[in-house]
Amino acid sequence: MAKLNSAAHLKKLRQLILDRDDGKRVVSVTNGTDGRTRHSEVVVQAFVSEIKKQGLAGKIIVKSTGCHGFCEQEPTALILPEEICYVGVKPEDVPEIVSQTLAKDKVIERLLYEDPVSGQRITKESEIPFYKSQNQTVLGNNRFLDMKKIDDYIALGGYSALAKALFEMTPEGVIEEVKSSGLRGRGGAGFPTGVKWGFCRNAPGQPKYVIVNCDEGDPGAYMDRSLTEGNPNSVLEGLLIGAYAIGAHEGYIYVRAEYPLAVENLKTAMKQAEEYGLLGENIIGSGFNFNVHIHRGAGAFVCGEETALIASLEGKIGEPRQRPPFPATSGLWGKPTNINNVETWATVPLIINRGARWFKSLGTQGSKGTKIFSLVGNLNNTGLVEVAMGIPLGDIVFKIGGGIPGGKEFKAVQTGGPSGGVIPRSLLDTPVDYEELTQLGSIMGSGGMIVMDEDTCLVDVARYFLNFLAGESCGRCVPCREGIYQMLKILNRICEGDGREGDIESLEEIGQTVRDFSLCALGKTAPNPVLSTIRYFRDEYEAHIKEKRCPALACKELISYYIEPDKCQACLICLRECPAQAITGGKKITHVINQSKCTKCGTCLEVCPPRFGAVTKLSGVKVPEPVRQEVAVTQK
Amino acid sequence: MTQELAELGTIAGEYQGDRSALTQELAELGTIAGEYQGDRSALIQVLLEMQRQNRWLPKEALKQVSQNLGVSLTQIYHIATFYKAFSLKPKGRHSVTVCLGTACQVRGAPRLLYKVTETLKIKEGETSADMQFSLDTVRCLGCCALGPVMVVDGEYYGKPTGKQVEQITSAKAIES
Repeated sequence: MAKLNSAAHLKKLRQLILDRDDGKRVVSVTNGTDGRTRHSEVVVQAFVSEIKKQGLAGKIIVKSTGCHGFCEQEPTALILPEEICYVGVKPEDVPEIVSQTLAKDKVIERLLYEDPVSGQRITKESEIPFYKSQNQTVLGNNRFLDMKKIDDYIALGGYSALAKALFEMTPEGVIEEVKSSGLRGRGGAGFPTGVKWGFCRNAPGQPKYVIVNCDEGDPGAYMDRSLTEGNPNSVLEGLLIGAYAIGAHEGYIYVRAEYPLAVENLKTAMKQAEEYGLLGENIIGSGFNFNVHIHRGAGAFVCGEETALIASLEGKIGEPRQRPPFPATSGLWGKPTNINNVETWATVPLIINRGARWFKSLGTQGSKGTKIFSLVGNLNNTGLVEVAMGIPLGDIVFKIGGGIPGGKEFKAVQTGGPSGGVIPRSLLDTPVDYEELTQLGSIMGSGGMIVMDEDTCLVDVARYFLNFLAGESCGRCVPCREGIYQMLKILNRICEGDGREGDIESLEEIGQTVRDFSLCALGKTAPNPVLSTIRYFRDEYEAHIKEKRCPALACKELISYYIEPDKCQACLICLRECPAQAITGGKKITHVINQSKCTKCGTCLEVCPPRFGAVTKLSGVKVPEPVRQEVAVTQK
Repeated sequence: MTQELAELGTIAGEYQGDRSALTQELAELGTIAGEYQGDRSALIQVLLEMQRQNRWLPKEALKQVSQNLGVSLTQIYHIATFYKAFSLKPKGRHSVTVCLGTACQVRGAPRLLYKVTETLKIKEGETSADMQFSLDTVRCLGCCALGPVMVVDGEYYGKPTGKQVEQITSAKAIES
């Protein structure tokens, strides 16, 4: 294939691809990192060989795609154009899918998604409740794209936004369009993207650099991984458009160490883009040159902060530095640099193609467009969710997420990763946008949403995040390094039953100091998990401190496992399974946990047959004295 | 450069057990960094490749990297101890990683970790005496919908039961 030399040439290529694939059916199998936990690679291979075997080769295209969103149901096989969606597909299901659905248009009932509420089987992907209330624009293309084929992206109109920018718009015009769209950084802080680009363009100094931040470190957030794996070309196209607007000819993509498939797919996309002349010298014959390099991270949360990321790119340890100067004036190698995160870059081509007005029509006053959230935790439907900004939090949790499993109660949703905070049930009607979440003491962050049920102890959650942040603080500035450590010490004490009067006040005081005096965003936001849990769940802290009681029955040191003698059927299961051999008793004799031997691993509770339900957790009360008694076995 | 590194991997295989011979070869192979003469910014990428191929960073190899890139050994140690991807201690043949990201955490990752430590008889950050397994934890692998997640030699497992943990690891032990 010769290199593309004009916008018309790109159009022609697109038509060629469309003609080539015209009338063919598509089976798109999710094969991203999540799918691979359930051996989706084998499923993809099974489709390829089975289609050949059944003589359908040439009529059906098998696509190995990134995540469509509903990761929990993967691997899924989506058959297009009919949109028949099979979930939880196993390799052994493939011959039947090929012989029935692909050859004879018969839908296989048992492989369809079953709505847990109505019990109904749903044929079309878009009608599954999880997808119904979503507005997938940035993530939506994943289902149509083979992760390793640029042709699929071009067929969808990919790189036409780049051609539009290069041939029909001035760099200033591109910046104006992005500014007017109201797009704000999707990585956390929410700074207006167009304004940031303008700063960098107008900053003196050459060369200029553009960087993709794919150091998605927030635990519980993975939309950037899904986009980079599933649609790497959209990230590249956005980056190219930004580079043109800013006047940069070199770029870096910083990918975190834990995302090997993202690196692999980016490399493929880059190679193919180069072959088509969409990357490198004289892009699409426009005279614009741009080269990009991949830099793999080495495992440091703080490198998501832009100045730390730049230091890491330069081969140094990832320590943030004081801003200003901002990277826009002095970034990589001291040159003007613009960093945006993956989702931000991937949104740019859509804005250029569909226009700022379209983008602005979605969202709220201050937060435009759609945002991808990773909706995970104690929830019926977990996965990636893309919705227009402004949707009430409760709609995400209950309408899309399907509520809490096992008949448990919703307790809180944690947004924004370790820098974010928790939001209680009473505030679930809050519309999701940057300002609203900040007001509640949380943040939008990169879009992690972790739902917690009644069994989650929020003091323990605060401790979990502080423990994470204490390990990830780079240690450069005192408030962050020492403050987080001191807060963690107090939280450990509280969770272990040694909480003292005044601990809550100390946490608040140290938290405010860390927030106000730390050097970078890691420290400035580190107290959020503590301060927001104190704000909404102060009573839980007090129960831990004053009554030595964990209301959620989660903190190990504050609970005891206890076998209710009246319910115990002396079945010997827990007695045998206990790894600490802490349970005594015998045939027809009630089982008793020796509290001094018990390691509180929870195995007994897990293995006790639900129909007996004899094992319970106690907190804040004395464990009743053991009684040795014969069991009247009433149940088998 | 990758080819040279691939060789490094096979060398590690040939010298199984004989560490002094291995490290000598590694010192020679510290020349990986040769191509990047003087390009200090390549340091992290060079170390990552070495780590990937060899599973740890021996001192002899680091000395060579220091010479080739013109970066002091102190600086290299600074980097190697700052980032979590690097290990200055030998690692086991098989790597087992348990995700402790928030989503996995609320879905029982601590219990999974407990099961893995019981099965492998090593704690987080340790390597078994027979050099078979190393156990590490990670803060989020980005497979949050399938948590708790365990990774063994690059293969991902969602919500493994105690029995599966035993099966997966014993299969690995037999394999080597």
